Formats: sequence, structure tokens, C-alpha cells
Amino acid sequence: MTISDADQAWLSAVVANHGRHATRLLQILRDVQDHFRHIPRPVMQLLAEQLGVPLAQVQGVTEFYSFLSTQPQGRYHLQLSDSISDHMLGSRALGTYLCDKLGVADGETRADGRVSFAYTSCSGLCDQGPAGLVNGWWLPKLDRSRIDRISALVEADVPLSQWPQDLFSARDNVRRPGLLLSNPVASGSALKWSLMRGLASTLDEVDKSGLRGRGGAGFQTSWKWRFCFEGPEETAVCPVEKGERMERYVVCNADEGEPGTFKDRVLLNSHAHQVFEGMTLCAGIVGAKQGFLYLRGEYLALRAKLEAVLAERRRLNLLGVGILGREGFDFDIEIHMGAGAYICGEESALIESLEGKRGTPRNRPPYPVTHGYLGRPTVVNNVETFVAAAAIALKGGVWFASHGTEKSKGSKILSICGDCARPGIYEYDFGVSIAQILKDCGAANTFGVQVGGPSGVFIGEQEFERRLGFEDLATGGSFMIFDKTRDVLEIVRNFTHFFAHESCGFCTPCRVGTSLLRNAMDKLCAGHGAAGDLVEIGNLGQFVRAASHCGLGQTAANPLLATLERFPELYQSRLKSISFEPGFDLDGELSTARRMTGRDDAHAHLEQESV
Amino acid sequence: MNIRNTITIDGTPVPFQDGDTIMDAATRAGIYIPHLCHNPEFKPHGSCKLCTVNVNGRNCSACTFPAADGQQVLNSTEELNATRRTITQMLFVEGNHFCPSCEKSGNCQLQGVAYFLNMLDPHFPLFYPERETDSSHPDILLDRDRCILCELCVRASREIDGKNVFGLSGRGIHTHLVVNADSGLLKDTDLTPADKAAQVCPVGAIIVKRHGFESPIGARQFDQQNVSEWSLSWEPAAMGDEHG
Amino acid sequence: MAEKIKVATTSLAGCFGCHMSFLDIDERILELAQVAEFDRSPLTDIKHCSAAVDIGLVEGGLCNAENVHTLREFRKSCKILVAVGACAINGGIPALRNRVPLEECLAESYLHGVGVENPQIPSDPELPLLLNKVRPIHEVVKVDYFLPGCPPSADVFWKFLTDLTSGHEPSLPYPLVHYD
Ligand SMILES: Cc1cc2nc3c(=O)[nH]c(=O)nc-3n(C[C@H](O)[C@H](O)[C@H](O)COP(=O)(O)O)c2cc1C
Ligand code: SF4
Ligand code: SF4
Ligand code: SF4
Ligand code: FES
Repeated sequence: MTISDADQAWLSAVVANHGRHATRLLQILRDVQDHFRHIPRPVMQLLAEQLGVPLAQVQGVTEFYSFLSTQPQGRYHLQLSDSISDHMLGSRALGTYLCDKLGVADGETRADGRVSFAYTSCSGLCDQGPAGLVNGWWLPKLDRSRIDRISALVEADVPLSQWPQDLFSARDNVRRPGLLLSNPVASGSALKWSLMRGLASTLDEVDKSGLRGRGGAGFQTSWKWRFCFEGPEETAVCPVEKGERMERYVVCNADEGEPGTFKDRVLLNSHAHQVFEGMTLCAGIVGAKQGFLYLRGEYLALRAKLEAVLAERRRLNLLGVGILGREGFDFDIEIHMGAGAYICGEESALIESLEGKRGTPRNRPPYPVTHGYLGRPTVVNNVETFVAAAAIALKGGVWFASHGTEKSKGSKILSICGDCARPGIYEYDFGVSIAQILKDCGAANTFGVQVGGPSGVFIGEQEFERRLGFEDLATGGSFMIFDKTRDVLEIVRNFTHFFAHESCGFCTPCRVGTSLLRNAMDKLCAGHGAAGDLVEIGNLGQFVRAASHCGLGQTAANPLLATLERFPELYQSRLKSISFEPGFDLDGELSTARRMTGRDDAHAHLEQESV
Repeated sequence: MNIRNTITIDGTPVPFQDGDTIMDAATRAGIYIPHLCHNPEFKPHGSCKLCTVNVNGRNCSACTFPAADGQQVLNSTEELNATRRTITQMLFVEGNHFCPSCEKSGNCQLQGVAYFLNMLDPHFPLFYPERETDSSHPDILLDRDRCILCELCVRASREIDGKNVFGLSGRGIHTHLVVNADSGLLKDTDLTPADKAAQVCPVGAIIVKRHGFESPIGARQFDQQNVSEWSLSWEPAAMGDEHG
Repeated sequence: MAEKIKVATTSLAGCFGCHMSFLDIDERILELAQVAEFDRSPLTDIKHCSAAVDIGLVEGGLCNAENVHTLREFRKSCKILVAVGACAINGGIPALRNRVPLEECLAESYLHGVGVENPQIPSDPELPLLLNKVRPIHEVVKVDYFLPGCPPSADVFWKFLTDLTSGHEPSLPYPLVHYD
């Protein structure tokens, strides 16, 4: 393919728009994907020239992110979420229906180039699944009639902008507002109050609140901010201005890729001011001039709205130069979009991605808080952490700390999906029991709950009195409910596929191990498991957990190990009574030879098991 | 011995210098920690995980983890060597390693490490990948099926040769080495056999043509010494000149 | 004298190189013969394993249906099954064909290759069908021990068998571990 003059001009304009910065590579590639429906090789070459980076790097970035493609996708690119909750709502059957209807195959583009289809990791709409995306825009609550409508629109070549809005509209589904959701912070109020009282005392309030990160790891937020303020320049004392200081950065992690998590989606949709307010407070405290919101590609639908909120905040002087008239308090926020990579939620991979690179986790130490974006001190916090920080700045640390438990202060916003009457957003003070949550959301006949998403833990009925909190069941917010009609092994299989698909490939144990785990689960679920396989898969899981480089690999075997420990009998019951069986279809291995020789006699077949 | 800058490795006190990783300190002290993606001439990478050691109860990569006073490091334990053996087996099954037909056999660090760890079988099902082989260059062959993704060639080309001939692409199990040329072929790069990038590959993925099987069996690198002796024979001296 | 240990051997998709190397134990074979006797083996021309073989040595990987049947007979009959040599362990040289689709392999050999006369793909039911890919034996049956090498040296066989016959857990010291 050659690039027309018009397209070349378009590309140059895009690159110029992005300031010719190599850090914008991923953002530019997203634009290119949108424009050409793929990343043509000649465009990679032009980009390499114009940004001054090696072509291999442009290719390396392109081929890292699921939403970028080197083969042309259809003008309508349809994706269906492969999250377990979508599966449970029949997404696979719908996918087949859709493919038949449109005459397109999974992972392929129709010959006329109009439409293509693929499955994708959780799209963040598990409370209104089965969900999908068209050219990155949400398609919630899919069913056959909606697919019929969508197919008709595609066949009639109706531009997306003219599709009926109801196809796209996602709901917040806030079912139980708690400490934060029922005490929203009016835009600017926390900043004004903090500036009046002094940013140093705001940091004290955050400290007093005991707030710990809401993204999963639960690191004390005030410490992170203090370390960033202090930075690697050893002379700094908090929070007094120093002479020569490095740039600092504040990053809001809105990658929300953990299957079953969608609370950040709702916070960004309905409480964006408060998110940005929290970031701005943090910037004031650590002395950052630049902030980033790293928004997952699946949340494209939120982007325009968020840009509008940012614009409004600039107008209100809550962002920009001299915020609220305070000289030297300059801060602005840029939105960076992800492009389909769960690993970019890991903070150091996120920073690599922000720099326009492949989302590979860095070696640590040093940590982002001292050596983050462009090697500078950087705070990375979850969306909810910033929301809580803004509320704490206004209402005080004691207010927050009076909720929750000893080690887990305040509240946690949960995204609940799966087998319950009322999936959606629930906010609880820490310390609430699983049983209580199940009751509130109308779960019945519950077999187990995956707390914290696939990287969390699967608990069974005997454990429903356990409580949410860092001392017992920590969670980034995903809460997936499975009733007694569900097949636990299928659930685990879904999760192992997720991790194998999302492994970044940097380190050996996870790159190879997650694929081996996936294959082993496929074998078990297909009914080909033998006794030896269980021991093998358990050992492999332990190994991947212990030897992997980052949190993805370290947690990838969690669903398997947790269920193997709790429900060994479910695994046992799936095994054959023989001690060994091949992991591949032995008879299928003769298929080519059978076809080419035209044979079908007894000797032309092999039994799968025999010893 | 200066008590301030000392760690212990398997109970032996080992001094370290400021900025040392655990691998650096060990190498200086003549202690071998198995490794593949690490080469003291380059900035550490930390991807193969063969150098996994246990530091105060936690697994860490020795090649990237900073040495700090008082660390108790376990290195040569049966458990850690079992972990390393599993990693090595994974590297073998992920690629196509048919040593008898490989020009690098006998001089290959993956093979050397596997011998060292007494790896007798690949244990896992084999992946038999079908990655592209690039034989376009008159003097250099790239057999991606043997690549272990250590990025040493990437680093060497960037940091020493100043050519940026290589890069990694793809994700997860589909990660692969790419060549920085419009055609994606080595013949269209300025790579030469004299380049560090053409020589640094620890396995038989980048091969200088017409030099295969030059030394007879018995006279090759790891016929003469095992990988630990070989490493310690040159790495301590090479530590001074880290690039980048 | 105690009953002799029964040893069976076979070559699947291999080159008999491992067998040749085994015979390189030279005069030590007399010592071996004191404690062991050969059952099914190309060395004895016995066609099938007897019911209770102690040690089965399998050279070569699996490239066709017959290999699979033979391997299964070995697994059924042998208390201890040993993968001998690179081909049994990872497919070895025959597995180089795995990069080429079987379709193309057959077409090249029997239809379009240089010098092919009367092009047709043999379809006699007596002939075993080829597997799509060559596989190592541990993917189809449980394997108890592995003797790497292409071939494993005579000393490897010797060390392994003497360990077993003297009741030690077999192990290979560093100098005996080779993949080529
Ligand atoms: C594989 C992986 C994915 C992650 N995804 C997210 C995410 O989507 N959102 C998030 O806030 N944190 C995520 N994290 C945790 C971040 O690395 C980091 O700890 C967090 O953003 C810090 O913010 P907090 O202190 O406010 O929780 C992820 C971690 C790993 C290992
Ligand atoms: S554990 Fe997985 S995701 Fe993390 S660095 Fe390793 S390969 Fe990448
Ligand atoms: S690269 Fe090393 S391990 Fe791989 S085939 Fe060659 S010699 Fe064997
Ligand atoms: S080609 Fe060699 S040096 Fe380059 S990444 Fe692969 S194994 Fe490493
Ligand atoms: S040598 Fe340390 S990770 Fe490869």
C-alpha cells in the first residue's frame, strides 16, 4: 500500500498536533488506526522518520497493543467482551450469531472490508453485559435484537455518528452510595479549603485519614506523596520549597483492566471533577506541573466528557497557571489513552506506555515515586484514591478514618457483577462481610465469589463471613458472583486465557508459564485430564506465582490455585481414570495424512487414550 | 572487611561497592549466579529470571536487584536451581532447540546453563513455533526459533554499534525479534559480522555465516569448562566497561 | 542367581544412532549380560514385548501412527520407560519438518519433487500414516527417565543401567550431560 498525498498531509498534521514528541507515539498510532483502520507499514516508516525513533520501535509498539492492528480492520470493527460475566450472559453464542449475521469470521475482516470481528478482554461493562465495542465505542446490553439493529446499520453503511444513541448509552448503576458517593465534593471546594489552610496540612489530613491506595496494592497514599515530594534529591524536607527541583508528575491510573472492575468508569463519568481535584491537590503537595490521566482504550466513550471537564476546570482557574490565584501553583492534566493492554495498569508499565513505548514493567527499585515518568518522581494513584483524597482534603482525615477498620480506613467502592439480581456499584465501609454484600445485591444460591478479579481470590460458601479489608480480603473493586449452576473449571479456564492473552512477554516464567497454564486448563476442561495433570498444573501455578517479574504473573495462577485448594474434588471429578493422556488431539494429528491419502480404515485412526 | 558494605551469599560474606547489584557483587567475588540475559558489558535487563535468588526470604533477580547492607542471599540451593531448571525448560519448549543441528552447539549459553542445572528433559509439551528465519544477509543468519528474547543484540546494536538494528515486537508468547528495516530483513540493515550485535547473542539465534561447526566436539567452549567457570573467567574483568 | 533384568529397546522416528552408541559399551556388554537380558529389540529381533519388561529404552520421537502403537506397547509392558536421545526427548532432527506443513512435505516427496515418477501419495493401508507434527514421547505416554544426547554416549547408557541394576536412583554427572 502506498500513502496518498492527502493522507501524508493528514499524518504530518497529526504528528504536528502531538508536538512531534516520541512520547506521543501511542496516541498518534491510535489516530492512525482510526483513520486507516490499521497501521500501514509505510505509515510506520513515516512516523519513525518524523518522530526520530527507530522503525523497529514503531512496529514494536504497534504490535504490543491489542487495539492496534497491522492488518486492515473493517470500517466497523466489532468486538465482544470475553469477560467471564459476559460469557455467563451468553456472549459466545451472541458472537456466533453476529458473525453469521454479518458473514464475518472471528478475528477476521470481511472481504469487502466493511466489517471485522474479534473478542476482547473485559470492556468494563460487566454490570450491563453482554457488552461489546464498535470502533472502540461501548455497546452495552447486547442481545439478538440489538445485534439485528447493529447489523442493519452496518449493512446500510450508516456512519457511527448517526447510530441511535440508545445503542451506546451505558448506565452508572450506582446501587449503594456510601461514604464517598454520598458526599461528593463540589468542584474547587477542596482546593480552596486546602489553599486556605495550607497544602502541608492537607498532606497531614491525608496522613491522618490512613488512606491506602484503591488500585489493589494498598500502599499508604500520604507516604507515596511524601516520597515523591522528597524525591531522589536527598536534601528536601517536606513540604518546604527547595531551590533547584526536578519536574514531578501526577498520574491517575484509569486503566481499570481487571475483569469485573468498572467503578472507575462510574467515577470518571459522574465524578470527574473530584478525580481531577484530587490530582490537583496532589500536584500542589508534591510540586508537579504536569498530570496525566491514563484512560484505558475501552473507555473512549468517556473521553470527550472528560476533556470538557478539564476545559471547564481551566476556565474556573482550577487548572492552568496560578491555580486559584496562587502564584507558582501551575498544573494541567493531559489525557492519554491506552490501547488494549491490561498490563498497562501496572504502574511502571503504565509509565512506559505514557512515554509512548511498549507496556513492559520496569525493574524495581527504583520505584516510580522517585524515578517515574521520564525518570522523574511520579505519583501514580488509582481514580478512587484521588476521589477519596479530595474528600479527605475537604472533610478531614478524622472523618474518613472514623469509617472502616483498624488497618483499612474509609470505604471501598465495589463493582459487582455475575449471578445477582442487581449488578452495579456498591460502596461499603471496610469491614463489611461478604454475606452482607451478597444479600444487598440480591445474590441467591451462591457458590463462590471472585474477590478482586482474576488476580484476587476465589472464596467459597464457608468463607462468606470473611470481611473486606486489607487485613482479610483486599480488593481493587471487582466482585464477581457465581451461583451453583456454574462450572468452576470453566471460570478458571476463562481467567487463564485472560492472563495468557495479557502477559506482556517480558519475563520467561509468565510469558511461557501463562500459556502452559492455559493449555493445561483447556485440556482439563475438554475432559482429557489425567491424574498426573493435577499435580503438574498445581506445581506450574506455584512456579509462575513465585518466579514472575510483576504482579500479573505473580497473580495469574491465583484462580487456579485458590480453587484447586478449596475444591479439589471438582478437579478430581473431571479426570479420567488413567494416569496419562496426551494434551493434544492424537487422532486429529492424522487428519492431513488421511485427507491426502483418502484413507479412513482402522489403521488410519488413533485412540486418544490407551495406557 | 568493611562491615558496612557486605552481603552474604549462601552464608559467605561478600563485599559490594556502591551501585552494585547482587550479581555484580557475586561476580566480583567469584561466585557464579546462573544468568542468560545478563552480560556485564551491558545495563542489566532482568527478563530471563534465571538469576533468581532469594533475598531475605523474597525472590529477586540478582542482575537487577541492588545490593544492600546485611542482605542474606540464597543462591546455590536445590530449590532455586529447580526454579532455574524450570525456567530453562520453558525457554527450550518455547523455541525450537535442536542442538545437534545448531551451529552454536557447544558454545551456547542456554545449553551451557541447562547442562549446569542438570536439565535432562524439556518436561513441558513443546510449542514448535514457526517464526520467520532471516537468511537474507550475506554474512549473518537470524534464526528466530532459537531466540530467547534477552535483548542483548538490541542493547548492543543501540548502545555500542550505534545502529539500532534490532527491536522486540509482539506481546506475550508472540513476542519476537524484529529488524529495523523497511523490508524487515537483515540484508537491508548496515549490520556487519564485526558488530557487537552480531556477536553477543548467547544462543544460536544470530549466527555469523560460514563459521558454524568450526571447533570440533571436545574443543568447544563448554566442552572445556562449564558455564560457571567460563562466566567467571571473563566477567569480573568486563565489569568495568558497562555501556549506556 | 537372581532372575535377570529384562531390557527392551526400540527405535521410533530415530536413526538407530542411539542403538549404535549403546553397543559402544563394547566389552561391558558381557558384564551387562550377567544381570540383564534383552527382550523386544532390534538387537534380538523379538517382535513384541513380553508381559513384564523391566526397562524399556525408546529411541526416536513419534512421526507416525505406528510409532504411537509401539510406544504404547512399551509403556504397557515396561516398568521403567526411558526416553533415549534427542529425538525421543524433543523430536530432534525429524522435528525440523514441523516447520513445514505436512501437506507440503507429502506433496514435495510424492507429487512435485525433483525426479518423482508416477506421482501419487502412497495410500496402502499397510503403511502407517504420518502425524501432522513430530512429537517427543513424553507428550504421549508417561516417561520415567531421560537420557539426553545425539546420541547419548555409551557411558551414559552404562551409568544409567548400572545405577538401576545396583539399585541406585539414576543420575548423570555433569560431563555426561550433552544434547548433541
Ligand atoms: C497487572 C496489574 C494491573 C494493574 N491494573 C491497575 C489498574 O487498572 N488500576 C489501578 O489503579 N491499579 C492497577 N494496578 C496497580 C498499580 O500498579 C498501582 O499499584 C496503583 O495504580 C497505585 O495506585 P493506588 O496506590 O492508588 O492504589 C495494577 C497492577 C498490576 C500488577
Ligand atoms: S510477569 Fe508477565 S506481565 Fe509481568 S513482566 Fe513478566 S511477562 Fe510481563
Ligand atoms: S541455540 Fe543453544 S540450545 Fe538452542 S539449539 Fe542451538 S545450541 Fe541448542
Ligand atoms: S537474537 Fe540472540 S541476542 Fe537477540 S534477543 Fe534473541 S537471543 Fe537475545
Ligand atoms: S540474568 Fe537476571 S533476569 Fe536474566
